[in-house]
Amino acid sequence: MKLTVRVWRQEGPAAEGRLVAYPVDGISPDMSFLEMLDVLNQRLIETGGEPVAFDHDCREGICGSCGVVINGRAHGPERTTSCQLHMRSFADGDVIDVEPWRAKGFPIIKDLVVDRSALDRIVQAGGYVTAPTGSSPDAHATPVPKPDADLAFDNATCIGCGACVAACPNGSATLFTAAKVTHLSLLPQGAPERARRVLDMVDTMDAEGFGGCTNTGECVASCPKGIPFASITTLNREFLAASRSGRR
Amino acid sequence: MADYRVGDPIADTKAPAVPLERRWDERKFAAKLVNPANRRRHRVIVVGTGLAGGSAGATLAEQGYHVVQFCFQDSPRRAHSVAAQGGINAAKNYRNDGDSVYRLFHDTVKGGDFRARESNVYRLAQVSAQIIDQAVASGVPFAREYGGLLDTRSFGGVQVQRTFYARGQTGQQLLLGTYQALSRQIDAGNVELHARTEMLDLVVVDGRARGIVARDLVTGEITTHLADAVVLATGGYGNVFSLSTNAKGSNATAIWRAHKRGAYFANPCFTQIHPTCIPRSGEHQSKLTLMSESLRNDGRIWVPRREGDPRPPGEIPEEERDYYLERLYPSFGNLVPRDIASRAAKNVCDAGLGVGPGGLGVYLDFADAIARLGRPAIEARYGNLFDMYRRITAEDPYAAPMRIYPAIHYTMGGLWVDYDLQSTIPGLFVIGEANFSDHGANRLGASALMQGLADGYFVLPTTVNDYLGGTRLAEVPRDAVTGVETEVRARISRLLAVRGTRSVDSFHRELGLLMWDHCGMSRTREGLRKALDRVPELRAEFWRDVRIPGGGAEFNQELEKANRVADFLELAELMLVDALAREESCGGHFREEHRTPDGEALRDDENFAHVAAWEYGTEPVLHREELVFEHVHPTQRSYT
Repeated sequence: MKLTVRVWRQEGPAAEGRLVAYPVDGISPDMSFLEMLDVLNQRLIETGGEPVAFDHDCREGICGSCGVVINGRAHGPERTTSCQLHMRSFADGDVIDVEPWRAKGFPIIKDLVVDRSALDRIVQAGGYVTAPTGSSPDAHATPVPKPDADLAFDNATCIGCGACVAACPNGSATLFTAAKVTHLSLLPQGAPERARRVLDMVDTMDAEGFGGCTNTGECVASCPKGIPFASITTLNREFLAASRSGRR
Repeated sequence: MADYRVGDPIADTKAPAVPLERRWDERKFAAKLVNPANRRRHRVIVVGTGLAGGSAGATLAEQGYHVVQFCFQDSPRRAHSVAAQGGINAAKNYRNDGDSVYRLFHDTVKGGDFRARESNVYRLAQVSAQIIDQAVASGVPFAREYGGLLDTRSFGGVQVQRTFYARGQTGQQLLLGTYQALSRQIDAGNVELHARTEMLDLVVVDGRARGIVARDLVTGEITTHLADAVVLATGGYGNVFSLSTNAKGSNATAIWRAHKRGAYFANPCFTQIHPTCIPRSGEHQSKLTLMSESLRNDGRIWVPRREGDPRPPGEIPEEERDYYLERLYPSFGNLVPRDIASRAAKNVCDAGLGVGPGGLGVYLDFADAIARLGRPAIEARYGNLFDMYRRITAEDPYAAPMRIYPAIHYTMGGLWVDYDLQSTIPGLFVIGEANFSDHGANRLGASALMQGLADGYFVLPTTVNDYLGGTRLAEVPRDAVTGVETEVRARISRLLAVRGTRSVDSFHRELGLLMWDHCGMSRTREGLRKALDRVPELRAEFWRDVRIPGGGAEFNQELEKANRVADFLELAELMLVDALAREESCGGHFREEHRTPDGEALRDDENFAHVAAWEYGTEPVLHREELVFEHVHPTQRSYT
């Protein structure tokens, strides 16, 4: 395959960025999107250029490191991560635009690399169960109904890639926050912290510069792990209940 | 060819001389304590945030220590433990199927082909049950049955169902558990986190580990961080092979630099080849993807009986298929340990029976399981793995068998540690895959997650207490440690100054191919010698001709890679020396010169029942730790 990729190049956080077009050929349909970028980078290095910076690590869709906007869509045309998107999803001769996540909460570091530490801070605000090592009862002490455990798991599969934020017209981190709140609120473990958890996480989300949720659902459409839209409803319900409970 | 010298033997002096069952209790009781009020005055550095590092950081911080934690990724949640799929073992015996601490211990020592230390393995089995309790308490959503209790399944080399799992994403779920515990401690101000920061050297003062030198990967700033103890939880070195199932960033730099500062490196040639990975599709391949071993619970492995059979798998009748694992190992069948399954796949492919491009693949077939259990049951068990396979290969594994081939997956070798998980440098602790401790020459499936969490949650907190409670540490004057930082800067300048013609990746690929050919699934004296001639040449070429664009004081991913590959080029040589010195076959180390008449690994217990602990030097020095088996008597492993 022969393609033209137009990549966002930006030297640093304060620098001006721009799209730069590069011809890339010798691409096999079996390559992943990131392997296509590898090919481009090898050629840039060989010809004395600067390779394109992008985040990636496991390359099997689970670490959440990678994530670029491809032709205007977070992670591109398929519902998967950028590393698990394959070139067979494109046609020979295509022009492909590659940009970083764009959101107020994710400042650009270089080229396609952004700072997503705000997501960590949302978790730090309460996205955990207080369970000091060594203090746990036997794992079978509290049975959990299978449907609850399964739904908790579905929400816990969030990889923290940030596609939901990048896809949202408001740059909101609501789906990310909702996934963690839903995961933990379905389990008996950590129930005493339930109210404080949701209030603190939502406060932090707001303070980090993420926008509000207007139920457009772009987040769900771009989520590589299929976090359900209903989790946002759960978040809202948990937030309302916690606000009324007066437990701060 | 590199030579080596034999030095004094080495021994673990920390496991108490009491019966096996009582050793850990005795050690915990004898360990010194640190008054809770004094703990906050101690800084402990933890490098890495995977299962071992994350659980260690969170637990030490809970105890009151001031933890300074590092990861090269942008968030602690991305450490490569996240990619573990299948499960975690624990001797809970919830199935009432005859499991016990002793059986888990026994299986692990045997699975490791009698090259692990009994004391360590027994302790691992003992704390395994507590790990499951801890994970459930942290909100890890393990798979459950309709009654609400935890589900378990079987893994290779084992005849009980002791593996707990969360669909095919157990590593992710456990890692998020430790990440959340760590997040709580960060919020509480007990952990100071440095993400996107990579350790580049170890600071040793008066023979003790007192800090690290690290580079901020965003700004390029190089800083010395001091502490009273240093914990390395930096994972394995499988990326020496370039193509492996490890994440692209996984590297050996932290442990290799510690080795160069005096920590012995144990059994570097013990690497694990995982039997079920997706075969590579071409030259462009940047990494290999594992298909969980759990698939072997329901999938049947076979190849056509006829060489070069052109028919699609569905058209090959039953009698013309060779279910070679079931034929060779009737009692374990498709669930033999990884080293055996991998070698068997290589043997049938070498015999020309392989399938797919280049004949480098065997079938993993679910047709029988789908017929027996129905597609929904298979979807529930392995749905995400099947999706992943389909996405990568564009083939539907529900309709046709998967094609799989072995790939480098895990490294049993690592820095030598005693029973306290302390290296030969006092104050330097090494946990998880980064150490060599528990898996001998072959790791059983679902045991890596268990070991990482055992080390971090339960072992390290006791032994760090003992070290800090029993050691008087003087203040380190800043100017006493500037030398290390200067060396790190000089090395980076040297790398950048080469301005050669070849990319870092091209060197890495060449090294990887060389190691795969000569130090991979099977090894020969001749091949190892050949590689030993080539590696130093390749290293010289690297330092003469590598091209790294950009500078040091900036975000520079090529520089990061170059630093790591430079270390792989040194470590590779030690792996070869170790593989050459170990004139036997055991577990993942298969020397073609040493095999039984039916082609299995032939151990030499008389001469090689030891850990090979290497001291760094232009000529490496071999220190042997004799292994004593008081409980599980070494036999020829039999899975037939």
